[in-house]
Amino acid sequence: MTAVMQEAGAPFGAALPSGGPAIVTEGLTKRFRGGQVAVDALDLTVPRGSVFGFLGPNGSGKTTTIRMLLGLVAPTSGEYSVLGLPQAQALPRVGALVEGPAFYPYLSGTANLARFDAADPTAARGTAGRRIAEALERVGLSAAAGKRYRNYSLGMRQRLAIAAALLGPRELLILDEPTNGLDPQGTREVRALVKEIAADGTTVFVSSHLLAEVEQMCTHAAIMRAGRLVAQGTIASLSAGLVARVRVETPDAADAARVLGTLGLADVRPGDGDVTAELGGHAPERINAALVGEGVAVRGLAVVRPSLEDVFVGLTGEGFDVDG
Amino acid sequence: MSTAEKADTRAATGDPEAGTDAARRTPGLVPVAETMRTTERHPPEPSGAVPAGAGRPWAFWRLLGSELGLTFRRPRNLVMLAVLGAVPVIIGIALRVVASDGQMGGMIQDVAGNSLMLTFVSFSFLVLLLMPVAVSVVAGDSIAGEAGAGTLRYLLAAPAGRTRLLLVKYLNAVVFAYAVTAVVALSALLTGLILFPAGPVTLLSGTTVSVADGLLRILITVGYVGAAMAALAAIALALSTFTEVSIGAIAATLVLVIVCQVLRAIPELGSITPYLLPTRFTNFDAVLRSPIDTGALREGLLAFGAYIVLFGSIAWARFSGKDITS
Ligand SMILES: Nc1ncnc2c1ncn2[C@@H]1O[C@H](COP(=O)(O)OP(=O)(O)O)[C@@H](O)[C@H]1O
Ligand SMILES: [Mg+2]
Repeated sequence: MTAVMQEAGAPFGAALPSGGPAIVTEGLTKRFRGGQVAVDALDLTVPRGSVFGFLGPNGSGKTTTIRMLLGLVAPTSGEYSVLGLPQAQALPRVGALVEGPAFYPYLSGTANLARFDAADPTAARGTAGRRIAEALERVGLSAAAGKRYRNYSLGMRQRLAIAAALLGPRELLILDEPTNGLDPQGTREVRALVKEIAADGTTVFVSSHLLAEVEQMCTHAAIMRAGRLVAQGTIASLSAGLVARVRVETPDAADAARVLGTLGLADVRPGDGDVTAELGGHAPERINAALVGEGVAVRGLAVVRPSLEDVFVGLTGEGFDVDG
Repeated sequence: MSTAEKADTRAATGDPEAGTDAARRTPGLVPVAETMRTTERHPPEPSGAVPAGAGRPWAFWRLLGSELGLTFRRPRNLVMLAVLGAVPVIIGIALRVVASDGQMGGMIQDVAGNSLMLTFVSFSFLVLLLMPVAVSVVAGDSIAGEAGAGTLRYLLAAPAGRTRLLLVKYLNAVVFAYAVTAVVALSALLTGLILFPAGPVTLLSGTTVSVADGLLRILITVGYVGAAMAALAAIALALSTFTEVSIGAIAATLVLVIVCQVLRAIPELGSITPYLLPTRFTNFDAVLRSPIDTGALREGLLAFGAYIVLFGSIAWARFSGKDITS
């Protein structure tokens, strides 16, 4: 079995997304003692090879979901499958970062990674040194490899946790808020690393409460709100539900609204100094010409494309509030 | 790593699958479909092979090695070993000073008269509290400490496996318990040989035995006291699975030990004392009878075994179903 497992995790297998979704959950629910429902009937499908953003405000149940996927927390009800394998076989192929780094403060970076590598029953001791050095190199920690973890900065700790997730050949990487505590430079590096890993064919499941982050890194996303899944799909399909709008800046809002109406634009909303309407299939330059032709003073005209943020705010209400 | 290299490392590490695997396919040519769906196409091998998900044959020992490395490199544990090693030296010097004053009491006379007796005296003193403290610290910290630091979630996600990790943690505590016992015995033996005359040993029953016989009895004592500490470690381990604060598990274990000592001192409760673990700690004095009171030793060992099974089961039941939320 050892050899078989190794090969499936090797670049051959990893490079070719196959064998169904990387993660599937059906009705996954966690009710903590005390009655708090952290995750409520979650139906999630994470396609192989995707970079999947798991988005939601703090307290929306992201970490609890990840803990269930890793077998740390038992679901109250529902089912889940990771890589379509039994847990003991799936986990060696999964690299994980859960709720921030946790290491032995009195050990060096290298010794810490050796400790977690020893806990993986499929990892070979003979190759541990090389794999640890490579993982440290990959996150840019080689220079601090011999330093005690106690003396690492927050950013270095976060990098070490990512290095631990990269100790072996992985088919799935689960990263819970990987850019927490990183400076803008570190955040960019993590994003680049995620793209690099995804380019190798590894599925990346990354949770975040930061929208921009998911928008920049991910091919797919799911949005959580108070333990419930409110939307999931490709980034494009998520924002497809919202239509592009045209926004005209003008002191003659009423006139402009009338013109847009006669042009056949839907949902015309005159505001204070501007008018917006659904763009539909209309060409912006024709709208502009029509407005000017009718004597409307156009100060500016813009097409507003919906961003993931609009989807997020539309679905979760206030957006970044903490969920109870 | 290429398939050929993989085959090499497997052969080098003595992987039992290396042979069958090589026969199954040509090195360097791995059918894609096979690598993708291997687990489905090759159901768990029949008995003799490593069971599915169990991983490499030496994986358990590698994790135990890692655990022992942490335990025996950790300054806190080394300090405890050093303190326990120092106590027999202090007792020896104190007895030597008292003995040279000329007022020889029973125990003092025994020790001053023979170098081997210091070992038994040291054990009867240390086994009451100091050795239990050292063992409780390591065993009580074992799960709770990892949970508190958050490293437990990463060990289990690795995946260390709950049963496997618990077993490794317990074996580690047992090794530490025997290390503590051995350090006390060696320190007492050396101190005794330096400070007091060597020669035939007079036992509690008045019989005199040879030095070799005396050393054998010390060895039996080490085995017995180590087992006593291993039983205590099982209690501390079980308590350790109930909390994320190691001090809590350690303190709870020691409170249990102290309460038991107090209960033993109450004559009206004589009927329950045989069931209290600390009652059995000092029963190693059975080796000072002639012939050795094997009945008392056997009863003690049975009690230790019962405690290990009981608290080992509690630890397993708790830990295997526990939500790891730290
Ligand atoms: N061990 C626990 N006991 C009780 N409630 C918990 C526990 N862990 C998390 N929760 C609750 O579950 C909800 C989801 O938490 P979490 O999964 O950590 O959210 P996120 O990772 O999205 O910020 C929160 O309301 C949190 O208070
Ligand atoms: Mg979280």
